[in-house]
Amino acid sequence: MAETATVTPAPTPSRPPGPSGTLSAAERRAAFGPTYGALAALAVLVLLNAIFTPNFATASNLWNVLLQVSTVLLVGVGMTFVIATRGVDLSVGSVMAVAGALAAVLLPRGLGVAVLGGLLGALALGLLNGTLIAYLPVQPIVVTLATLIAGRGLAQVISHDGELVTIDDPSFLVLGRGHAGPVPAQVLVALAVVGVAAVALRSTAFGRYVLAAGGNPAAARLAGVPVRRTLITVYATSAVLAGVAGLIEAARLGASDAAKIGLNVELDAIAAVVVGGTALSGGRATVVGTVVGALIMQVIATSFNMLLVPYSWSLALKAVIILVAVYLQRPRRV
Amino acid sequence: MSTSVATAPATARPPALRTRAAAVLQRQGALVALVAACVFGAAHYYAFPTPENLLNVLRQNSMLGMVALGMTFVILTGGIDLSVGALLAVAGVVAATLTGRGTAVAVVGGIGAAALLGLVNGLVISKARIQPFIVTLAMLIAARGAALALTQEQSVRVAREAAAFTWLGRGTLGPLPVPIVLFALAYAAGWLVLRYTRFGRYVYAVGDSEEAARLMGLEVDRVVVGTYALSGALAGLAGVILAARLGAGQPVAGTGWELDAIAAVVVGGTLLTGGQGGAGSTLIGVLLLGVIFNLFNLEGTISPWWQWVLRGTFLLGVVLVQSRLQKGGSRL
Repeated sequence: MAETATVTPAPTPSRPPGPSGTLSAAERRAAFGPTYGALAALAVLVLLNAIFTPNFATASNLWNVLLQVSTVLLVGVGMTFVIATRGVDLSVGSVMAVAGALAAVLLPRGLGVAVLGGLLGALALGLLNGTLIAYLPVQPIVVTLATLIAGRGLAQVISHDGELVTIDDPSFLVLGRGHAGPVPAQVLVALAVVGVAAVALRSTAFGRYVLAAGGNPAAARLAGVPVRRTLITVYATSAVLAGVAGLIEAARLGASDAAKIGLNVELDAIAAVVVGGTALSGGRATVVGTVVGALIMQVIATSFNMLLVPYSWSLALKAVIILVAVYLQRPRRV
Repeated sequence: MSTSVATAPATARPPALRTRAAAVLQRQGALVALVAACVFGAAHYYAFPTPENLLNVLRQNSMLGMVALGMTFVILTGGIDLSVGALLAVAGVVAATLTGRGTAVAVVGGIGAAALLGLVNGLVISKARIQPFIVTLAMLIAARGAALALTQEQSVRVAREAAAFTWLGRGTLGPLPVPIVLFALAYAAGWLVLRYTRFGRYVYAVGDSEEAARLMGLEVDRVVVGTYALSGALAGLAGVILAARLGAGQPVAGTGWELDAIAAVVVGGTLLTGGQGGAGSTLIGVLLLGVIFNLFNLEGTISPWWQWVLRGTFLLGVVLVQSRLQKGGSRL
């Protein structure tokens, strides 16, 4: 949230002519910050829980919330970029499973090989998605649906035809179980990714290209924005971040469970992105908003769990929050 | 649609053979693939062309087929319905709970509940102007939650005395299993509605251009609401039959079916942008995916995991071919 308060830096010469060359702090906030509604909802939820849910406002529980949200956060950051280009990436859950499976299978050959192998596998799927979407008149939802189906199978094939591949290399397990002081390792990873992504979206040429390509692809192309390259980069980024999330999940479980890792995470990630204020119609995207959206969903899940309210009710509340958030943010034109 | 293509060469210069072949392939590519798959199956596996096997393929795909039919209506208007799997579960659970009060009550209750939730989808989409993707995603989450809440996360047994209800899933009419008969009836009705009724024509008009349809004076909102309610009702029908077949309503039934249904619709040749395609196309898509899956099983050496990989690759291949043909022919 610190980014909303920053003063606009002077535009660097390398910056391309974006939708508006220089933005006032208010404009910048409107374009890149979380919506007031989402922030208020999160504040109210946390406040109510702090008062009414026993043990909610304890340090260990708050770290727990952050720990559980970090995978969705990683995937959600990638999804923010994808949705900003008016696309969607349904394959992220399967990509997580592929990365986890590759890493688990490659681990006997060394930690570096395993991590690199997992991420490269994810990158390959992302490049496939991106290239097809950039060069052919096919919809992102169909392409990524196909990679969702194929990827889940691929993850099973990689993990020796559907076996549970256990991981016992302690240096790999640090990724999912390690701590730096009180901070879990995956929270650190997620925070670092969020920081880099927020800056990339706000203050780099790439970020402007993403918004331009999403806002009006034809106009962006005419203005000289490399729309195709941007699309490929966006889907590759989404897949690599999903790959990181997959490695973390595998490390947390101590095994590559190709059937379970990342199942339905695409829905959680899309929900976090839209609740946070990224417009599905493209042109407006906020990484910090996605963090807020993911936190709202996680706080609901955790607090309902702590209050022993059935899981099903938290699903209903999540659905309502998604609808209300999107309704409040819908474009004003008719 | 076909008449304009047929008469064009007589009046104007005949189009190049290649574009004509492309046009035929684009419309009938899935049918060609289905025939090819069947011929291949008949030639390679003696078990494939037996009536038992073919009826089995039809029965296994009848429920997904109904869901895909509803999805076709929605996609023809340019929308999408991600909630069908969850609505199917709600219908199965509601129907199984009501079997004690008679089969008619159970069937109407199950289908009615799903249709009602579909109606809610449609109303929110058209009145609040929120994207179908988001509304039906929220409905997916909420309806799955409702199914779990109604049942305390347990399966609901169908009442033992409800023989007529069970017949819907396990009975036969002459040589045909009841689900196949219902599947055939649903597609016949769907085809007739899309082709010959006002509602069906309006569905295409809205899908072609919502703005133009509105300017022509069509009640676009009503058409959109109708398609989502219909999609819900058909998912409900599938859920009722599935519950009858399994002898229980399961709150987790139909998980992921929305993706299978979308795949079948797309493979059949209905475009996600709306306005093109139809019930026949989806029927071919459902059968094509079903036959291919059946061939995998008959082969027996392909592990289920490789089957997933091949299914995804196949879907990708179909989409690529379709996009190529669109490029070569008339760009949309």
